[in-house]
Amino acid sequence: MAKNIASSNVPAQSRRRGPGRVPVRLTVNGESHEVWVEPRRTLLDVLRKDLGLSGTKKVCDRGQCGACTVLLDGVPVYSCLKLAIECEGVRVETIEGLADAHHRASTLEGHEGLALGESLHPLQRAFVEHDAFQCGFCTPGQIMSLKALFDRNPRPTVDEIKNAVAGNLCRCGAYPKILRAALSVAEANRQE
Amino acid sequence: MPKIVRTKVEFEGEVRERLVVVEEDRVPAWGVEAPLEIVGRGYPRVGGSQIVTGRAKYSADVQLPGMLYCRVLRSPCPHAEIESIDFTQAAGVYGVRAILAHTNAPPIRWFGNSWLFDRVVRYVGDEVAAVAADDEDIAEDAIERIRVSYRELPYVLDAESALKPDAPRVHAGGNVVGGPRGEVYRRGDVKAGFAASDLVVEERYETQAAAHNCLEPHCCVATWEGDALLLWDSTQHVYGIRDEVAATLGLPLNKVRVFCGFMGGGFGSKQGAGKHEIIAALLARMTGRPVKLVLGRRAENLAGGVRHSTVQYLKAGVRRDGMLMALQLRSIANVGAYGTGASEVAGPVRELYLCPNVRTEQYAVYTNTGPSAAFRAPGYVEGMFALESTMDEIARRLGIDPLRMRLLNYAANDPMRGVSYSSKTLDEAYRTGASMIGWKSQAGSEIAKGAGAGGDPDSIERTPPESGDGPIRPGARRRGLGMASQIWGGGGGPPAYAIVRLNADGTADVITGTQDIGTGTKTVLTQIAAEELGLRIEDVRTTLGDTGAGPYAPVSAGSMTVPSMGPAVRAAARSAREQLLDLASSLLQVPADRLSVREGKIRSASPPGEVAVSEVTGRIGDFMIIGKGARGPNPDNVKVRTFGAQFAEVEVDVETGDVVVTRVVAVHDFGRVINPLTLSSQVEGGIVQGTGYALMEERIIDPKTGRPLNPNLEAYKIPTMLDVPLVDYAFVDHPDVICNSIGARGAGEPPIIPTAPAIANAVFDATGVRIRSLPITRERMLEQLGKMRVQTPDSSARGRRKRDAL
Repeated sequence: MAKNIASSNVPAQSRRRGPGRVPVRLTVNGESHEVWVEPRRTLLDVLRKDLGLSGTKKVCDRGQCGACTVLLDGVPVYSCLKLAIECEGVRVETIEGLADAHHRASTLEGHEGLALGESLHPLQRAFVEHDAFQCGFCTPGQIMSLKALFDRNPRPTVDEIKNAVAGNLCRCGAYPKILRAALSVAEANRQE
Repeated sequence: MPKIVRTKVEFEGEVRERLVVVEEDRVPAWGVEAPLEIVGRGYPRVGGSQIVTGRAKYSADVQLPGMLYCRVLRSPCPHAEIESIDFTQAAGVYGVRAILAHTNAPPIRWFGNSWLFDRVVRYVGDEVAAVAADDEDIAEDAIERIRVSYRELPYVLDAESALKPDAPRVHAGGNVVGGPRGEVYRRGDVKAGFAASDLVVEERYETQAAAHNCLEPHCCVATWEGDALLLWDSTQHVYGIRDEVAATLGLPLNKVRVFCGFMGGGFGSKQGAGKHEIIAALLARMTGRPVKLVLGRRAENLAGGVRHSTVQYLKAGVRRDGMLMALQLRSIANVGAYGTGASEVAGPVRELYLCPNVRTEQYAVYTNTGPSAAFRAPGYVEGMFALESTMDEIARRLGIDPLRMRLLNYAANDPMRGVSYSSKTLDEAYRTGASMIGWKSQAGSEIAKGAGAGGDPDSIERTPPESGDGPIRPGARRRGLGMASQIWGGGGGPPAYAIVRLNADGTADVITGTQDIGTGTKTVLTQIAAEELGLRIEDVRTTLGDTGAGPYAPVSAGSMTVPSMGPAVRAAARSAREQLLDLASSLLQVPADRLSVREGKIRSASPPGEVAVSEVTGRIGDFMIIGKGARGPNPDNVKVRTFGAQFAEVEVDVETGDVVVTRVVAVHDFGRVINPLTLSSQVEGGIVQGTGYALMEERIIDPKTGRPLNPNLEAYKIPTMLDVPLVDYAFVDHPDVICNSIGARGAGEPPIIPTAPAIANAVFDATGVRIRSLPITRERMLEQLGKMRVQTPDSSARGRRKRDAL
């Protein structure tokens, strides 16, 4: 069967349509990037496809689930609803930047999956300890929404935590442990 | 010496007999009091660091050089014939590399009598054409330019209409799957049973079509290496995909390799190969480039599969003392245009209670709607809603406490075949759950009459609701308690294999062909291997999700994985450990039976001594200790089941119809608990999904166009953080030494089964309103409340219920 499949059936290409690609400068996790993309490309697609930062997930692509949450100048935003060209001059933070941003350890830590010299942000550590994920697809979005909250307010209440992730859907139903993980960080902050 | 035996493997209510090659001696089961040190502990999930740092790679994240993106054009009509299709304009879009449709695709059979691309489309969302282009946006541009003309045909959307003789035919062979007669089961004589009953109730129940909406959609990346196909796939069964894709494309099994690393949810919708794998493979062949196909959220809702809707007519006859005399069920499942057949909706009626006379008739009916697919405990979720609502109703009408009613009809042995269970502790689950929620028996005819008695708040000891919910106007909010039972499989079975390799540095690799769909498989298998090997858990690494690396594993569905793969891994680890001890014995000059391994050290009893495993393995250089293990046959003449009970507490606002589930208590019996942390996540997850199913999820189709109106995450409501009840859980942690060598049963599905009926029964307890149609929306509540005179503190006497401690 495989041998009988015809080769490509598409005729020669017609001329291009639209404005074509334009240069866009983005600052992501503290690093500067220049990409050439069509103006209609979302920040989400640029992160995932052009910058190889696949931690931010695409689930609905229309602002209805929160999986693509990133921080723009500290504010949680659905990156599927932002055009890349709108984000020049803005500080973009994604999940990949969290472990690095927290603090750099000079020695190796034995955490599976971490690059050498990294350590986990307290939220990330709490998520692992409390099993605050199952399939993990919503997790980057959950953590980014919580990071925005904790950066503003290190000791949030139960209701503040719940509302911070009210726009982050989790189909596996890990909500109870997400709440517990976030509360443990709030509690640790209270004791400092 | 390998030998062949027959064994029974149960999958989602259906028992299949298998021939199994049994390769090794039986591994003796861990006893009830086995001194296990790693199994039974709540280790954090292996791979957790990758997930929280965004480094976990899912199939949707795979990006290969030169990769093309595929988008699919889907039918806007519920039933039509494609008269013409023209993709000249689409092909002219810059960056389009290939297009497939029925005019040029190879004639590949699909769904029995249909095709990969059929000239007849049978539901809104049916595949019409596929475009591969340099980017998704370009593929979308091309899709918009494909010109199709459809000749619309009459269509039918609901199952009962599809059963009528003059209904439009979805398929040439008629609308009932498998022929005109339903699937019938009977025992005893229901006619006699009803005649002998003091109370007979007969009601109609309806459950809705529910979409899985896994966050990671169906997706794959296909690429060819010469004449071999590599496929990254978001799937619940890498080996199943390999076998199906190979068969479909006419490839030998060793020319297809399937990868699935991290996986963003399946819940049953990703058990078998869908059209997307084949389409991607064909386009990759045509273009010579890798092709990625990711279903958009709309496509996922249209074509990704749904839990089929059901209509159930359930008739129950009971004696005055509460003993069930007869149960009769006629269930009709709407399996959509290409359903994979009905699930066992009649399962609970057939097997949960000790009822001598039972008759069930199951129909699976085609309609012009999206295809059904298994969804977490398929059939039993739907069937349990009808059955447990009925049990609650007859209990109240007889003036018997609903919990006592369950215990009266408790089946000590399997009522279908009369065999004993490998282990059954459902009664303990009932009592533990009742005590945890503070269940007090309810008696009194006031409830029986459904007088709308919302309950006297003074007679219920409960904590007030959380702050932030606003002031409670006395009387407008009513609280209630409800309960429901759970029965399901979870015994697993062969074939399932594992390989364990000990490396020179004393670390171990566990190599499997299974997949971790988010349930924690990787962690649990690592624990089992470490326990059996005697190594520290950090020295054991489990690999999965690659048919090229690990041997066959069954689908991660039907709560199969732990009871199938766990024993296989244990057998492989045991084999490796025995070889290690033989080696140590000759190196240390101590008889092997005086040696043991624990925490990475080999210990000798006499003469006493200790040496690190790495020292022994290091002595043999590049030689490797390799242990092989296989899942043995299932025990004969015994039924392996999981059991449980859930108790729900709700608050209903009788003025707005709003139902809030404040608390759910869940007590389940899964046999031995391997990891209480990940297991509790399964329980919470199932309850959250069950809550969504009970209150808010529903695929809504416009009858005038056959079009789903809510194929997205805004209008198809799934629970958010704000909708989640407080979940209190407990396990009857009683190892099942009969079912398999690790004493554990599967737990993925059971937790979702009792949730909706527990909530529905709690709603009745709170308001006297019985909703027989899911989901319990505000609309339905208000409609039913409007039909009753709702008692408020201002109006005449409310019934006061006498509550006795159970």
